[in-house]
Amino acid sequence: MDLFKIFSEIEKIDGEVYERFDTRRRVFKHLTGLGKTITAATMPALLSTMFNKAYGQTSGLSPEIKNTLNLALQLEYLEFHFYDTALNTPDLIPASDRPAVTIIRDDELGHINAIKGLLSTDAIPDPTRLAFDYTAGGRLAPFSSSAEFYGTAQGFVDTGMRAYKGGATKLMPNKDILTAALNIHSVEARHSAHVRLMRRVLAGSTNGGDIAGGPGNANPKSWISLTERDGPRPSVTAPVYGPGNTTDFPGEDNVQQGGKNVQTTATYPTIPGVTLTDAMKAAAASEAFDEPLDDGTVKSIARNFRSPLGERLGLFA
Amino acid sequence: MSDTLQSTGPDDVQLMSPLHAPIKRRSFFLYAGATTLMLAGCSKDNDNPPATNTTVDVGSGDTGVLNYAYALEQLEAAFYAQVLRSAYFTSLDPASAERQILADIALHEQIHADFFKSVLAGNAIRQLTPDFSGIDFSQRLSMGGKLGVLDAARAFEDLGVQAYNGAGRFITDPRNLVLAGKIVSVEARHASLIRDLIRPNSFMGDISAGFTPDTLGEDVIDRSVTSRTARQEKSKLPAQVLAIANTFLAADSKVSANSLVS
Repeated sequence: MDLFKIFSEIEKIDGEVYERFDTRRRVFKHLTGLGKTITAATMPALLSTMFNKAYGQTSGLSPEIKNTLNLALQLEYLEFHFYDTALNTPDLIPASDRPAVTIIRDDELGHINAIKGLLSTDAIPDPTRLAFDYTAGGRLAPFSSSAEFYGTAQGFVDTGMRAYKGGATKLMPNKDILTAALNIHSVEARHSAHVRLMRRVLAGSTNGGDIAGGPGNANPKSWISLTERDGPRPSVTAPVYGPGNTTDFPGEDNVQQGGKNVQTTATYPTIPGVTLTDAMKAAAASEAFDEPLDDGTVKSIARNFRSPLGERLGLFA
Repeated sequence: MSDTLQSTGPDDVQLMSPLHAPIKRRSFFLYAGATTLMLAGCSKDNDNPPATNTTVDVGSGDTGVLNYAYALEQLEAAFYAQVLRSAYFTSLDPASAERQILADIALHEQIHADFFKSVLAGNAIRQLTPDFSGIDFSQRLSMGGKLGVLDAARAFEDLGVQAYNGAGRFITDPRNLVLAGKIVSVEARHASLIRDLIRPNSFMGDISAGFTPDTLGEDVIDRSVTSRTARQEKSKLPAQVLAIANTFLAADSKVSANSLVS
């Protein structure tokens, strides 16, 4: 690819091409951080960004809304490439689950397209599959078996949901964008419930899941129960279910809502054949409310899944 | 308030509407307009106010949104409480997944309803009386013109998600938006699993045969991958939600949200 030839060609129809790039010098900052890592694979994405910045329309959104949407967008990229890689890994996904995983992958693609539409040229471009390390530095092996794949998927989708919940308040100045984010958030929740169902089926479970997912979280309910014994793979997923950086972001076992202890204020219905224990009430009260997570904690979880390229691109920074 | 207006009111029309019938925009305005008239005709200090019992308005502002949520949670909690007592539920194997799932959801919905009653305190709307005559609690799935337990549950859960998502824009206090966000995803988890119980892999719609239009009800998401609302849940505004919810509420417990309009 001869970059200078491209500019020369553009100059024939747009005499101000160099000026456009000059007055938008910041587009080149992406290049400086990359150094010698520009490869044939990453060049198209970089050029696309540069030309979008030079010629495209900015979103006109506030920095806070842009940052919130771009974090969501990066998480969607993380998820999309994860499911896409799995679908392209032979013998990984049981045939009966392929339609569901395909839909989930395509849902993430739809979310990416929708968020990019909102952000216009302020959208962080797709960093490509190469920007992600789904082994979390060798701690996970999500493409080695269905169980590993679904376990990692659960961690991603539950992180994404907590991120949307934590970011929603920052979108309040723009009601249409807020509504879009809410409408994506509940789709992620539907995914989470289904991924958990697939895990139960894979584990040969005959019940609807155990409190906190049972030993090793191998048998999760479709809702988040307490802190899920730190999730499917505790060394990586414990923060997904734990507290955030401030007291506004308690862990998933929280039962204090709006200043009320929902475990003690509830009038529990009678379940034939079941005697509700305090442990069961605590679990139900925690399951009835999902918890938000602050962007700092979300990013620190997501940074586990950056490849060296992703790190250089500044993903989840 | 005349008896004539009451007896020919739109509530009766809504009661007869099939659950899945799309609500025409014109109908909302008819409904909303008539309800406003009914409220206007009633005064708080009326000594004998029969009409004040016919419609419950959730109010305005964040209190209105919380009462709107409270109304829907009351409906869901009452439904699942009846499920727990139903012939269908008690016929399930005590160790079955479905029995445990329905029991879990019943607990979650009662916890939600009690929570809203508690935070709203003196501002809470009154206890609503449900009308579940369109549901056959002895059947798992719909038959004979009545909704089965799972089909009714599916309708309530999808509606709950659509309601919370559509009400977010009316909330002004960030703390209340967070609370709504904490609950809506649990409703979506319920909806996803109930759908999968009815038909495997229907958690996002009818995807088993190439994601065709949803045969369990209206599409819950925009199936396009490229549109402005690609793969987003189709949320509903309060008037749209209540037109459906009111078909499950008794004549003296119809709910309106006249101040929650865009």
